[in-house]
Amino acid sequence: MNNLGKGDEVLVSLMEHHSNIVPWEIVSKLKGFTLKYAKVKPDGTLDYDDFEGKLCGRTKIACLSQVSNVTGVINDVKRVAKVAHDNGALMLVDGAQSVPHMPVDVQDLDMDFLAFSGHKMLGPTGIGAFYGKKEVLEKMSPFQGGGEMIREVEFNQGQEHCKVSWNELPWKFEAGTPNIAGAVGFGAAIKYLEDLGMENVLSHEKELTQYAIKRMRESSKVTIYGPIESTNKLGIIPFSVKGLSSHDVALFFDNYGVMMRSGYHCAQPLHQVFELESSARASFYVYNTEEEIDRFMEILKELDQL
Amino acid sequence: MATIDDYVARVEGTCGAEKDVIVIFKYEKKDEAIANILKKATIKNKIAGIIFELSFQDQSFRLYSSGKAIFRSIKNREILNKLLSELLL
Repeated sequence: MNNLGKGDEVLVSLMEHHSNIVPWEIVSKLKGFTLKYAKVKPDGTLDYDDFEGKLCGRTKIACLSQVSNVTGVINDVKRVAKVAHDNGALMLVDGAQSVPHMPVDVQDLDMDFLAFSGHKMLGPTGIGAFYGKKEVLEKMSPFQGGGEMIREVEFNQGQEHCKVSWNELPWKFEAGTPNIAGAVGFGAAIKYLEDLGMENVLSHEKELTQYAIKRMRESSKVTIYGPIESTNKLGIIPFSVKGLSSHDVALFFDNYGVMMRSGYHCAQPLHQVFELESSARASFYVYNTEEEIDRFMEILKELDQL
Repeated sequence: MATIDDYVARVEGTCGAEKDVIVIFKYEKKDEAIANILKKATIKNKIAGIIFELSFQDQSFRLYSSGKAIFRSIKNREILNKLLSELLL
């Protein structure tokens, strides 16, 4: 926050989760920088020309989700990071939907920051992880004060103030008593996924996604939003059923013990791109099977009677 | 004297541009709530006894056998409470 001010720009895309929009809106009003939005194409993919065209010498940070939480579309963050760096900007990636579902190599992708959540990857709620390049974090000031994040707090009697110096990384950014129980649970979830193998997680999800899309296209009443090829998307399928609101669809499936999200999925701007009031969202993870997709289709077909 | 609170566990606004509300009935009272509603509302359509498309006083809504109901375009909580009172009590 201390490194942003008037004349600076931060770039995000219209496919972001609200968590990668709202904080920037709040801070932009406090610090006076300009927040810019890159377009999304009608098919739900990023408009790379627009994103890269909006990067310039004033851009301090470019922010992009690696995978959309609405469409599952995978963004080429390596490509965007290169253009961001060519313009002197830092690259922040929202990995909440990518890290749990696919291998992510922060060095290969050359991202400066990566954030992801525990509860999206079999871990506890209320905890997440934030990666930053060491040389970037070294230059940054702490955003919270408290215990552990300091090296010294030396009181100077003559000047009536304390001289404070910061601890080393990562403690400089970890003020106070941390969420220890959450971190232990999060660590166990990460180990579980690593034991499964993230390549295996990815290929399982892609198989399920391909199968689900093929089956869902059997229904004439279903419209799928975003890409329908599993080559550049993960296991998230937003859809609508003709004549029904997304909430009707979700409540209908709820009767059969099948859970799905309905509404904006915390991504209202992307729904504006799709000109949708809301959508239903089917999603898959390591524990789902093809048989469950067949069951999902049986229920979906019953909706045709409405 | 019974009130709607005897039947209703909670009311949630839906997420999205639609201004719909979902009423979740108390698990132990859901069968009674569904029976009361079906006595008073007009059934427009039903599927396998698990979803009922209903209308009552020009308000259309859907009732699910899981004990949930979705009311469309409800302007405020007072209107919803009045409807629920007439349907449930």
